[in-house]
Amino acid sequence: MNVTWRRLGRTGSGLRRAVAATVFLLALGPASAVQSAHLDRQIAGPEPLLSRIFEQIEQNHLDVALEQADALIKAYPKFRLTYLIKGDLLLARAGPISTFGNISNAPAGKLAQLRDEAIVRLKGYHDKPRANFVPRYLLQMPPDQKYAIVVDTQKSRLYLYQNDKGTPRFVADYYITQGKLGADKKREGDMKTPIGVYHVTSSLSPRTLSDLYGSGAFPISYPNEWDKLHGRNGHGIWLHGTPSNTYSRPPRDSDGCVVLANQDLDAISKDLQVGLTPVIISDSIEWLSLDDWHAERATLEKDIAQWQTDWESLDVNRYLSHYSKNFSADGENFAQWAAKKRLINRGKTWIKVSAENLSMFRNPGKEPMVVVTFDQVYRSNNLSNVMKKRQYWLKENGHWKIAYEGPA
Amino acid sequence: MSLSRRIACTLSPILNRLGYPLSIAGCFMLAALALPVRADELQDASRLLKQGQQAEALAKADQYLSSHPKDAQGRFLKGLILTEMHRNPEAIAVFTKLTEDYPQLPEPYNNLAVIYAQQKQYDKARQALETAIRTNPSYATARENLGDIYARMASQAYDKALQIDSSNTSAQTKLALIRELMSTPTRPGQPVVKTPGIAVAVATPPAKPVGPAPIAPKPASSKPTETKPAAAKPAAAPTVAAKPAEAKPAPAAAPDAKVDRALAAWAQAWSRKNVKAYLAFYARDFKTPRGMSRAAWERERTMRINKPGPIQVGIEHLRITMDGAGRAVARFRQHYRSATFKTSSNKVIVLVKHEGKWLIQQERVGK
Repeated sequence: MNVTWRRLGRTGSGLRRAVAATVFLLALGPASAVQSAHLDRQIAGPEPLLSRIFEQIEQNHLDVALEQADALIKAYPKFRLTYLIKGDLLLARAGPISTFGNISNAPAGKLAQLRDEAIVRLKGYHDKPRANFVPRYLLQMPPDQKYAIVVDTQKSRLYLYQNDKGTPRFVADYYITQGKLGADKKREGDMKTPIGVYHVTSSLSPRTLSDLYGSGAFPISYPNEWDKLHGRNGHGIWLHGTPSNTYSRPPRDSDGCVVLANQDLDAISKDLQVGLTPVIISDSIEWLSLDDWHAERATLEKDIAQWQTDWESLDVNRYLSHYSKNFSADGENFAQWAAKKRLINRGKTWIKVSAENLSMFRNPGKEPMVVVTFDQVYRSNNLSNVMKKRQYWLKENGHWKIAYEGPA
Repeated sequence: MSLSRRIACTLSPILNRLGYPLSIAGCFMLAALALPVRADELQDASRLLKQGQQAEALAKADQYLSSHPKDAQGRFLKGLILTEMHRNPEAIAVFTKLTEDYPQLPEPYNNLAVIYAQQKQYDKARQALETAIRTNPSYATARENLGDIYARMASQAYDKALQIDSSNTSAQTKLALIRELMSTPTRPGQPVVKTPGIAVAVATPPAKPVGPAPIAPKPASSKPTETKPAAAKPAAAPTVAAKPAEAKPAPAAAPDAKVDRALAAWAQAWSRKNVKAYLAFYARDFKTPRGMSRAAWERERTMRINKPGPIQVGIEHLRITMDGAGRAVARFRQHYRSATFKTSSNKVIVLVKHEGKWLIQQERVGK
């Protein structure tokens, strides 16, 4: 991808060659083979026509390309990228042009942003998720979570998945804008988009927002428990729309928010459930075949079930064996936590634990970690309660261990 | 006939001054349409317009037209007067009617386009110019204006793409257009290669600061573009003969008059897309580019020249010197234009004499 970037950006190699290189690279990507009932949602957006324009340019059918650019402008009058392409196509009639975005004295930054947008959009369009492959993160969706969102910051793409009786089904994908300085947010004001497992925490009406946020906003739960544990701070990371003067923003343009075109935000907003819908942001989505996905899910389910059984057994050592030596919660380390649990356990004659509405979302990144959330129904001889609980399970020496636990 | 022809041609400086270039060829055509009638009134109208007495000029033109209501020349002049008086809707009406009555004349289309361009109706301007070129493919002015229109439309599109305002006020844009068109040469048939006017439009600094991005000059656009006379696109227009006469030989060297005649004929064969004649100008030991075989090179040339659309090749600043070995070295500026591609480049061609005929042995771009 970087090669194309450079080719488009810095060499004077000519529009056709630049475009040819892009299209060629894109053609190498996996074919889109997703079977879905949501065909209408999949073909939405400017990408299909954009892609056709580039194909026509590649074949030197500049007149056809110009007609299609006009059609695209008609369909998306505020889509700035089309105007850039149209400018090139018009200029190509007046004389030879040397590069994509053949403007003299143009603000270089803006031009580069449009080029980048062209690349990620085309790549996103040609690089649809393969059938029978799912993002590794969506291990278990509970029945009441109807949809899940997975964001790929490198691809500038948001994927909407439907919960089909526990199996994620691809619905649609959309172009998004991420932070000016990319992903992996650590500090307030670092202009980055966080990486992790989050969920939608509220829905803000456009009436209460400035034009910058377009047709609405959905704040998400950054920083989550794990972020806080690791000293990551900042706030106000939202999914939101686009200001009224443009159809879309450049791939890297926000202060850390995930920005969608207004019509795309409108399309997904009805599927978003406040407090429920997971928003998992990755810098590069890992895809699993459904077989591998089932296998990964099964080992974790087994360990969670064993944790419950061992808790109910009143054998504190067996129970504590599920916790990482690096466990930390509420300012307690493992030793403090263990001591407290041993004390409590002395008063127990019986414990019954069940986990309902269990969700398991793998955390994006190299570290194997899964965020498990459930409604814990706890009963015992001297105490009963029901709470929403969240655990971060970390794989240590081949076994899943709880590294954090607390109320969700 | 001769009278009306003179009138038509005296119009042309006015047209130039206004930025409504009218080619001499166009004058001929208009003249041919005008009936050989008494045309004093028309002559007067033209003179009055030249003197800036627009209202009087218009009265004269109307007087003439009352007795010759169909006369193309008179109506054309009236259109010009109205344009100069900024009575654009009326001028548009006059020129539009002319295009309907004489669809084969490119000038009314061209002038319509200029008015539309002033009104920033670039799409209409483009359509008018494209029609002018379809009716008369050799109409260089329309081609040039079309190039400007494309550049302007491109500039508009770029403005929208980058959210910048390169045009500033409309008044400045209008002036720029006129100034630019005034400076365009109008010699007919001459393949003029001119930098599109976009440079002027975009070079103007944006009215307001546009975000944090620094305005950096882009080296890519100032780089000399590779010249490869190959691009072509379908066009309805038939082939236009080049004007080899443009290749006025510099007599200083005066080696052999036949050399420049050979080159002129070569450019003409190329322009007429007469591949056989064109290839016949190349000596048997012609050094093909990139070490291609002669057959492959001929195939490539044939394919390229036969692409649809007209080709114009012009030679300018020709200098011929003789080297010691009886070869002629021709250095010139080559202007090439096809339906989609236009370029000027310095060419060096080495010719050898074979059976009394000068043939091309080497051909390269450069000094």
